[in-house]
Amino acid sequence: MILNYSQPLEISNLSAWLDTTLRSNLSEFWTLLIEFVLVGVLLLAAYAVIALVLIYVERKITAFFQARFGPNRVGQYGLLQSLADMIKILLKEIIHINKVDKFLFYAAPFFMVGASMMTFGAIAFGKGLQAVDFNIGVLYVTAVSSLGIIGVLLAGWSSNNKYSMIGAMRSGAQFVSYELSAGFALMTIVVLSGTMQFSEMIHKQEYCWNIFNGHISSIIAFFIYLISGHAETNRGPFDLPEAESELTAGYHTEYSGLQFGFFYLAEYLNMFIIASIATAVFLGGWMPIQIKGWEAFNQIMNYIPSYVWFFSKTGVLIFFSLWVRWSFPRLRIDQLLNLEWKYLLPINLVNLLVMVILVLTGLTLTDLFPSWF
Amino acid sequence: MANQIIFYVLATIIAIFSVLAVTSNKIIRSALYLLFVLLSTAGLYLLLGYPYLFGVQIAVYAGGVMVLFIFAIFLTNKPGDKVDKERPIRRIVAAITAFTGLAFCGHIIYYNVARVFTTVIAEETKIQVIGRTLMGTEKYQYLLPFEVISILLLACIVGSIMIARKR
Repeated sequence: MILNYSQPLEISNLSAWLDTTLRSNLSEFWTLLIEFVLVGVLLLAAYAVIALVLIYVERKITAFFQARFGPNRVGQYGLLQSLADMIKILLKEIIHINKVDKFLFYAAPFFMVGASMMTFGAIAFGKGLQAVDFNIGVLYVTAVSSLGIIGVLLAGWSSNNKYSMIGAMRSGAQFVSYELSAGFALMTIVVLSGTMQFSEMIHKQEYCWNIFNGHISSIIAFFIYLISGHAETNRGPFDLPEAESELTAGYHTEYSGLQFGFFYLAEYLNMFIIASIATAVFLGGWMPIQIKGWEAFNQIMNYIPSYVWFFSKTGVLIFFSLWVRWSFPRLRIDQLLNLEWKYLLPINLVNLLVMVILVLTGLTLTDLFPSWF
Repeated sequence: MANQIIFYVLATIIAIFSVLAVTSNKIIRSALYLLFVLLSTAGLYLLLGYPYLFGVQIAVYAGGVMVLFIFAIFLTNKPGDKVDKERPIRRIVAAITAFTGLAFCGHIIYYNVARVFTTVIAEETKIQVIGRTLMGTEKYQYLLPFEVISILLLACIVGSIMIARKR
């Protein structure tokens, strides 16, 4: 078992120490209160910091794909650029627009951020670093992430602007259709691993990641999940809700300052969330690469802390997503809906059946080669 | 203690927004208030320690039905316009109907609460148990109702295609 290896750099050591210290000095109520507040503050801080890092990384990688330098003036290699941008957007004036539905207009960004924040809580960043771990984990993630679309629709409608409205309708149609594919791809893996709880799912991938365990079926599900996740976040070739040339900026045309910042933040974090859910479900989450029987190798792999594993796997997926984003031209709305309803969904349904057959007839890798995995 | 505070907060939100959902003049606002009611109901399920129902409530009602409602409202003629007030006679009839409904439901709830109150589930229901209960054919398992409902949904889909189809 993984617990037998020494893992000196884990954060769970620190949190366990904090918990025992608090419990020995304070009553149950105060311990829990302090821990809840700490977890909340840490999640919020991580949300902001990850967004800043992602924005910098995205700009650099985009520049690399387009043979430019990217940000290189503020700080060494432009490292402080996104920090400066953050300070700028915090100080920017929020322009109040007269003929909008005020309540809906100001409520809409919070739906976006709230939905992505709730999904963010369910991510397992490392060993023992998971805030929300229901036994319905996968269902929880698909359910809460679907709330963001309400923010988009309300923003588009309440802006009282044709372009925003068209952008919101496109975004709604796109999100609702691709959510279906993403859900089915996740269901395929739920069939394989027999659980919906993220922590349990990650533990079952100790020696064999799900993407290898279900071979054909898993790989198809992985690609479908990446495509539909990419489409759900309105990025890459699927960014027609905010197609600049036709719709100015889509549903957030009328937003300024920090309100626009909320949409921007949620979009970046949704990319991260999709990548990290894919990591947890297909690529073993924070589990280090381990091979049965190779004790020394496993020990070395376990010296690398789990959060490093998690962030490097997620980073690879984010790189893929940017690669796709800058490689393909934008789809038309009919092509986009055709792709989902005529190709991805039928493939997905067949794939789900294939996975059920693989699991029932014992053709998964763990069943075929029990001594290796 | 904490549970009770959370319950009262959620109950207040549900009560206030339910009233707002029917009294609001703009139909899109009503939809949003209804969404808040559904979300806080999901919170109640979580408070009862039943996360599965929480997930289903959010996914089906908040994420599915409400998005459809909002889409449908967008496609109507002028969603932002204020709805006119009804004539007094119709308002009185509506009030009487609503009161009758309230009395009927209240009666049922009041007489059944005493019996249900003792059967509070202590531990979290595992997802595997829910799956077997839905898909089994033994006693207290619900494969037949599940299939009947899916046929009903299929009939709805076929019917809507028939209506929307070009001649």
